[in-house]
Amino acid sequence: MTGMLLRRGVSLLVVLGIVISATFFLIRLSPGGPFDAERKLPEAIEKQLLAKYKLDGSLWEQFSGYWGDLLRGDLRLSTKYRNRSVNEILAQTLPVTFTLGAIAFLLATIAGVWLGTFAATHHRRAGDTMAMLGALFAISLPSFVIGPLLVLVFALDLKWLPVGGWGSLKQMILPAITLAAPYVAYIARLMRSSMLDTLNQDFVRTARAKGLAERVVLWKHALRVAILPVVTFMGPLAAHLLTGSIVVETIFHIPGAGGFFVHSIQNRDGFLLGGVVIVYCVLLVIFNLLVDIAYSLLDRRIALND
Amino acid sequence: MTDPGAWQRLTRNPSAIVAAGVLAMVVLASLIGPELLPASYREPGPNQYAAPSLAHPFGTDLNGRDLLYRVLSGTRLSLLVGLCGAAISLVIGTAYGLISGYAGGRTDQVMMRGVDILYSIPRLIFILVLINAFNSTLEQFAAERGWVWLVDYSRIAILIISLGVIEWLTMARIVRGQVLAIKSRTFVLAAQALGQSHVRILLRHILPNLLGVIVVYLTLTIPAVIIDESFLSFLGLGTQAPRASLGSLLADGASAINPVRSFWWMIVFPSAFMALTLLSLNFLGDALRDALDPRAKS
Repeated sequence: MTGMLLRRGVSLLVVLGIVISATFFLIRLSPGGPFDAERKLPEAIEKQLLAKYKLDGSLWEQFSGYWGDLLRGDLRLSTKYRNRSVNEILAQTLPVTFTLGAIAFLLATIAGVWLGTFAATHHRRAGDTMAMLGALFAISLPSFVIGPLLVLVFALDLKWLPVGGWGSLKQMILPAITLAAPYVAYIARLMRSSMLDTLNQDFVRTARAKGLAERVVLWKHALRVAILPVVTFMGPLAAHLLTGSIVVETIFHIPGAGGFFVHSIQNRDGFLLGGVVIVYCVLLVIFNLLVDIAYSLLDRRIALND
Repeated sequence: MTDPGAWQRLTRNPSAIVAAGVLAMVVLASLIGPELLPASYREPGPNQYAAPSLAHPFGTDLNGRDLLYRVLSGTRLSLLVGLCGAAISLVIGTAYGLISGYAGGRTDQVMMRGVDILYSIPRLIFILVLINAFNSTLEQFAAERGWVWLVDYSRIAILIISLGVIEWLTMARIVRGQVLAIKSRTFVLAAQALGQSHVRILLRHILPNLLGVIVVYLTLTIPAVIIDESFLSFLGLGTQAPRASLGSLLADGASAINPVRSFWWMIVFPSAFMALTLLSLNFLGDALRDALDPRAKS
């Protein structure tokens, strides 16, 4: 198992290296610099600005310099939010994004697994049909349709919940539901089909034959096997949630990293943009490795095969 | 269709008929509708944020433009981007899946591991960076050569290409799985024994057997691309004003949310058209899959 994890780890590190380098070149080679929008600066000042933000020197010098700073954990200065470092901005905004993402992640997996199991145990009955029809709706509708509609109904019309903002528990409910809804549905579908397969297997019949309570058969024996496709989806799920949170943060005016990401593109704030992309990717790579470990712990066959 | 029973199964499925009907109406309305409305509806007018009325059935927006016209033409643009993007993803995904499945062994392993990795990085975020990096380059390139039409459409062209480039992963996986199953069948072995070239076997013997699956996933990729485009436009980084897509209309609606006065029509009508389009495509895709997918039959 350690051998497999080591190989996975190395391949993910290579991916990370490619991603970071590609991000750097995309930002540096796209036309227009961060100071273009302002009136023409005197040459000496521009030169000093470029030096301050380490944008001088040949492309190769800039590239290796950036990598050097990254390895020391320095994401450099934002060119738009003067005198604030990218580290500082991310330290303030990432906790918000992560809280939202973590709530949505838990909501999606727990509700999805429960709903899928429910549909599987009520196979071809009304409960199953209703659950799967609901799931198709939720998958089809993106967050920027669900979010504004939820606001319209629950915040503006019924006035149960606030329109937006961040801080109180009440303000987290609508964003978390908006972000998680399509993935609750997707996981429910995955879970339903794998649970249907599992419930037909011999070990489930054995467990039932020896008189175990259905609850134990379902949640202790069958779940352990049936949940594997869901675990595989957790890596992509984290990526989807990070991307999706950009929109949800915009809809509900949440001060997370997503808003800064969008503005950094509009403002050509290269290092802030690079910082967000790199931090997101590093986290996803670590998360994927954790998912791989969880997977091999759940399914011993994987470890033996490799 | 690869199997004569498939068409019957499809036409007997009520949800497929309803979905196809709704889709046909949405497509027709978005193609013809904008041309039938008075030309003045396209321009900004004096009635800012007017509620739905007989003159403006969907109300008006911030600039007093008729929302019905904007929603219909926005749907048209979203459908166009969805269709073209899905076509590009179809070509890439099918080619990748064919090669990976047919080659097998180590090549297959490496290619599929690549797909796994691409699945787990935030592709849309990269595409955002890419689009905004290349758009001005392409605009400049087109302007220097005097290609006025391309300057106008450069952003949409880039959107279509880049969305096609990120949405091919599922198609590649599915096609590869099918190729693995088909390539050990006797007619492929016979073709190999006759000494036919790999390219010929792939294109003449294997590809025709994949048509059903490809049609299913093409139907399911279109809504995925539409959602991606709307995601970008919602953030203000896709379709640019004055041109509208469903995503940018929803963004207008969301930005008009305020606790004092609700401009509900700015949200409800674009949402409704988005929902109708996506739901009918997804329902149709699911029904097609039930009818065509060999695994679903058992």
